Amino acid sequence: MKLLEFLKRERKKSASVAKERLQIIVAHQRSQRGQPDYMPMLEKELVEVIRRYVQIDDDAVQISLDSEDNCSVLELNVTLPKS
Amino acid sequence: MAKVIVVTSGKGGVGKTTSAAAISTGLAMRGKKTVVIDFDVGLRNLDLIMGCERRVVYDLVNVIQGEAGLNQALIRDKRVENLFILPASQTRDKEALTQEGVKEVLEKLREEFDFIICDSPAGIERGAQLAMYFADEAVVVTNPEVSSVRDSDRILGLLASKTQRAEQASDPVREHLLITRYNPDRVTSGDMLTLEDIREILAIELLGLIPESEAVLRASNQGVPVIHESASDAGMAYLDTVSRLLGEDVPLRFHQASKKAC
Repeated sequence: MKLLEFLKRERKKSASVAKERLQIIVAHQRSQRGQPDYMPMLEKELVEVIRRYVQIDDDAVQISLDSEDNCSVLELNVTLPKS
Repeated sequence: MAKVIVVTSGKGGVGKTTSAAAISTGLAMRGKKTVVIDFDVGLRNLDLIMGCERRVVYDLVNVIQGEAGLNQALIRDKRVENLFILPASQTRDKEALTQEGVKEVLEKLREEFDFIICDSPAGIERGAQLAMYFADEAVVVTNPEVSSVRDSDRILGLLASKTQRAEQASDPVREHLLITRYNPDRVTSGDMLTLEDIREILAIELLGLIPESEAVLRASNQGVPVIHESASDAGMAYLDTVSRLLGEDVPLRFHQASKKAC
């Protein structure tokens, strides 16, 4: 009985795993909210252009659009593989 | 002043139609003149849950295309006064719904009804966007399960951007969270998200909590909205939900595990 309780306590409850995963994915979804509809397409095409020169993974590119007072800043982060 | 409320979720099978049927019936039981509209063109099911499938003659698409008058298409509920059903078309495709057509129908209904409940199809395509476009309030139906919560968050994003209220920059659509198929015993054992978890992740106000209940299938088998089963846990939970929708302060029930389980 004691052993069973011990084993139960060791394993992380599935609901807390679910919560952590959701918090990450929802934060990601919200960061994309309010972005112009062309952003996913722009990101895809930028990846294609970069790939003509350097082989990169899909998740090597991070793109975001931030609005400041009177202008918008398009920020592009590309992680290049070690050559 | 008529209120348009969309019952939506993104994910299918979480209880949108069950909830739309129960909430509209509950509002009518409270004396509010209510119409519930099925927006799931091609896959109508609200008529079955409401138990009026054999009385469908005309539908929403017929009305939009001018083939039938609104009053010809509205089905009067046999159990509750003040309650009407506007079914979806079974044969047409989703393209038959137009924003202009939906707007006209809703404007006419606004003149006559206190509450207009729009039962959204699953997904985020045209049908779902039209169901929410003219909404004043939204009931986001969510199961305590990862894909449902994620889809609900997507829907919240659409409510904040792809609705008339968002486009006109007027007061935003008021969002309510309705958690369904909640199992307190599994929450206690750590294998189901708690209602606090879901509320924290989605960050909207909780309208109601419907426990997983045998009464729901029993009710749908018979074509009786589950809120009529007023002795059942789900029936009572929907009654509470309707009271809160009407602005009453009702304490939460059915969120704690049964005493014997430990």
